[in-house]
Amino acid sequence: MEKAAMHTNQPQDLPREDIPQGDIPQGDLPREDFSQEELLQEEPLALELRGITKTFGTIRANYKVDLDLRHGEILALLGENGSGKTTLMNMVAGIYYPDEGQIFVDGKEVVISSPKDAFKYKIGMIHQHFKLVDLFSAAENIVLGVKDGAKYNIKEVNERVRQIAERYGFVIDPKEKIHEMSVSQKQTVEILKVLYRGADILILDEPTAVLTPQETSKLFAVLRKMKEDGKSIIIITHKLHEVLAISDRVAVLRKGLHVATVDTASSTESSLTEQMVGQKITLNIDRSEPHNVVERLTVKGLSGVNEEGLKVLDDVTFTAYGGEILGIAGIAGSGQRELLEAIAGIYNPSEGEIVYRDPRTGAAVNLRKKTPLQIRDLGVRLSFVPEDRLGMGLVGSMDITDNVMLRSYRSGFVLLNRTDPKKLAEEIVRDLEVATPNLNTPVRRLSGGNVQKVLVGREIASAPSLLMAAYPVRGLDINSSYAIYNLLNEQKERGVAVIFVGEDLDVLLALCDRILVINSGRVTGIVDGRTATKEGVGFLMTKSEMIRDADADAAAPRFEGSDPEAPRFENPGSADSAAAQAEQANPAAPAEQANPAAPADNASDAPLTALSNAPSNVLSNAPGDPAPDSATHTTPHNDFTEGGNA
Amino acid sequence: MTVLDFLLSALAIGVTFLYGSTGEIITEKAGHLNLGIPGIMGIGAACGCAALNVMIPAGTSSPALPPWLIVIIALLATVAGGGLMGLLYSFLAVTLRSNQNVTGLAMTIFGTGLTKFIFTGLESKGVSYIKAKTYFRFPFASSTTALQYCGVMVFLGIAIAIVSSIILTRTRGGLHLRAVGESPATADAAGINVTRYKYLATIIGSGIAGLGGLFYVIDYAGSQEAYLTVEAMGWLSVALVIFSLWRPYISIFGSFVFGALFILGAYLPSFGLKIDVATSNLIKTLPYVVTIVVLIITSIRNRRENQPPASLGVSYFREDR
Repeated sequence: MEKAAMHTNQPQDLPREDIPQGDIPQGDLPREDFSQEELLQEEPLALELRGITKTFGTIRANYKVDLDLRHGEILALLGENGSGKTTLMNMVAGIYYPDEGQIFVDGKEVVISSPKDAFKYKIGMIHQHFKLVDLFSAAENIVLGVKDGAKYNIKEVNERVRQIAERYGFVIDPKEKIHEMSVSQKQTVEILKVLYRGADILILDEPTAVLTPQETSKLFAVLRKMKEDGKSIIIITHKLHEVLAISDRVAVLRKGLHVATVDTASSTESSLTEQMVGQKITLNIDRSEPHNVVERLTVKGLSGVNEEGLKVLDDVTFTAYGGEILGIAGIAGSGQRELLEAIAGIYNPSEGEIVYRDPRTGAAVNLRKKTPLQIRDLGVRLSFVPEDRLGMGLVGSMDITDNVMLRSYRSGFVLLNRTDPKKLAEEIVRDLEVATPNLNTPVRRLSGGNVQKVLVGREIASAPSLLMAAYPVRGLDINSSYAIYNLLNEQKERGVAVIFVGEDLDVLLALCDRILVINSGRVTGIVDGRTATKEGVGFLMTKSEMIRDADADAAAPRFEGSDPEAPRFENPGSADSAAAQAEQANPAAPAEQANPAAPADNASDAPLTALSNAPSNVLSNAPGDPAPDSATHTTPHNDFTEGGNA
Repeated sequence: MTVLDFLLSALAIGVTFLYGSTGEIITEKAGHLNLGIPGIMGIGAACGCAALNVMIPAGTSSPALPPWLIVIIALLATVAGGGLMGLLYSFLAVTLRSNQNVTGLAMTIFGTGLTKFIFTGLESKGVSYIKAKTYFRFPFASSTTALQYCGVMVFLGIAIAIVSSIILTRTRGGLHLRAVGESPATADAAGINVTRYKYLATIIGSGIAGLGGLFYVIDYAGSQEAYLTVEAMGWLSVALVIFSLWRPYISIFGSFVFGALFILGAYLPSFGLKIDVATSNLIKTLPYVVTIVVLIITSIRNRRENQPPASLGVSYFREDR
């Protein structure tokens, strides 16, 4: 219970100094239970990790992680974005090498320094991004790199692939080319690739992220067959209902730490959510009361599909107001990007409307009929910081002035106007304290934080009326993050409608006036940033399909009914929600005033107190413990989860 | 018998392109766009001719070595010369991760210059090209016209193209090589040594391309001045790669088409069609025109199989995120 919080890892650096000491338990209790069993076990564990630590630069991805995998079990590895799940597994698969710690396979210590080594120990990982040669057939991909000494004969390979597929219930044509396959078929090839090499330990990194529910249940059937066959499987996921449906045990990671390993049978969605998101960390972000809020953007029934034909936006409805920050929370890839790009006119949704109220004229404009350029001219600005940071918005080899000019190159006759952009670049560098030798330094040479300041600063400089900032603090240190938060707050006070897409729930809860939760392309709730709890938002982010369908009539009222302090969850689908949403959206409404808007710190302390009343139950979740009623939203949802499992 | 002459001559010159394109296809299958082929063919020719010059000193009527050995040594010297150029290219493009287009063009400029330097040196020694050419014919060549046109190297070129085709499509090594060119990250993850495949394919490919240069200077043209036009042959070879859709067995047919179009201008007068020199030269551009036509057709049909290797021209290095 110690300095766990000091070793946290997150893309968005939190002010570590502010983390209250001793409120993140390591959850060692359940582990001790298991260690007794281990003593009794004669058979060594399939895989054992001891004290694994991995650091990237200043970010600690994993810290002293212990993990056990038994023979013939399915272990779910659960955790938020950036909790270090994939990093940990990459070390087992030989992609990364741990800084510290030991790995044991079948009780023997092993050194895994390359994927080849992993294969040697019969460990195979199925990555989220498929590593397949598009032009090759399934069998060609499967046999690629296999050195079994046998003569290369594609017909024999086809036959063996077919046999393995039959054994586990895969449906596949070994001769089919990868580029003709669907995503789930490609995944099948990846799994077969690992099985063909004789892997006994399979690691699947978010295998269901790309699958439809039907495909997921097919995959699970296959996984169960593998388990019966004696394979040990680790499945990385953050979908709770899937964890409950497929796994025998669940290992929870939070901010690089192993929080607990629990038996799935004794877990519920809510108990897992709590372990996953942990307790709220108080941040000192100034959050002013919104004033003069006006409707700026109304999105109604927005739906769309991605290139693979999967639905990425499903009936998204919300309103963004000038003078407030609307946060968007969700697991990575839940449709955040498509939503913002749809508003910016880059992504073309299949249905729905996006109505923008021009603050200059007051007229309602349908953005779907406008080009990205026209939308920009209306004052809608998008600054999207992708995972590689530079990918979108800035040209790495050009200097700051030139990058600023990317937004003004249409002005000027024949020769471009370089004077104004240069002035603006100077302003950005001065105001945002961008650390750069001079304006002529290529943006690529700047550090990540400074690049992001240029990106966000340029968009803000154009005096937008709707500012969308996606992951603006991704990878930034604390001070730079705060600089960005302050920028967003300034914009809000200036009456700009700010949409902030973030990864860190603590930041979202401390910065945003309202938080829209998006889950697999659907809005699962819009909550008040001042009263919402981390668990509540975390639950909305991860809750299963079944609950989602049922929540209109069951889950949400329960939230409201069970605890007056709990956030009010809105269901955009339900009839009376529109009114509720409007009411809640407008903080000036009487209902909101009745609920006194306490200073941010106090508000966020409330759930913390609630949790500390029943700490052991909530966080250790020892088998058999009743779900604590005192915690904010831990009313049992077992009825739903069981429905999800059926 | 003009028509037969035309066809045989087309076949013969086509083999120049066949060597070049087979070599380039092997290189490109590893993901290397080697635009240094014209320079490499020149260097190949220069090394082969230099070897011949040593073995057949000026004024000797009967050299010390038997003709078959002379031919083999000349071929080896050529392959070594081309291979060295391939090694240099690989070092720049793989190890130093330089831009492939720039590296390739630099190799062509460097190779062409060096070729001129070597040949200028050989000129003063007075190599007997006519004599050397006879060594590249089969001993029984005088029996038919066809064999007078087509020597050992014509058959060797076709054989290399066929063998390359089989290796690329039917063997484990070929599968790995294609994987490297399509998706080096995938190949790397599968435990294939990407760097080794890239080096080997480029060196072997360049060696084969070098043979095209030697064939053109010694066998097809049989004259010292031919080295001045080797570069043009190199560019046509690169065009033939596109025409053949990166398949060596198609380039056997394609090389004949290219050869026929390339010499068509010279044969038109003997077919009874009077054309001036300018038109004759214009006709020589026909291979490029058909390449563009092929490009247009394949782009419209847009079949994945007819596209260049997916990571062609892209340097690969394992990223440490």
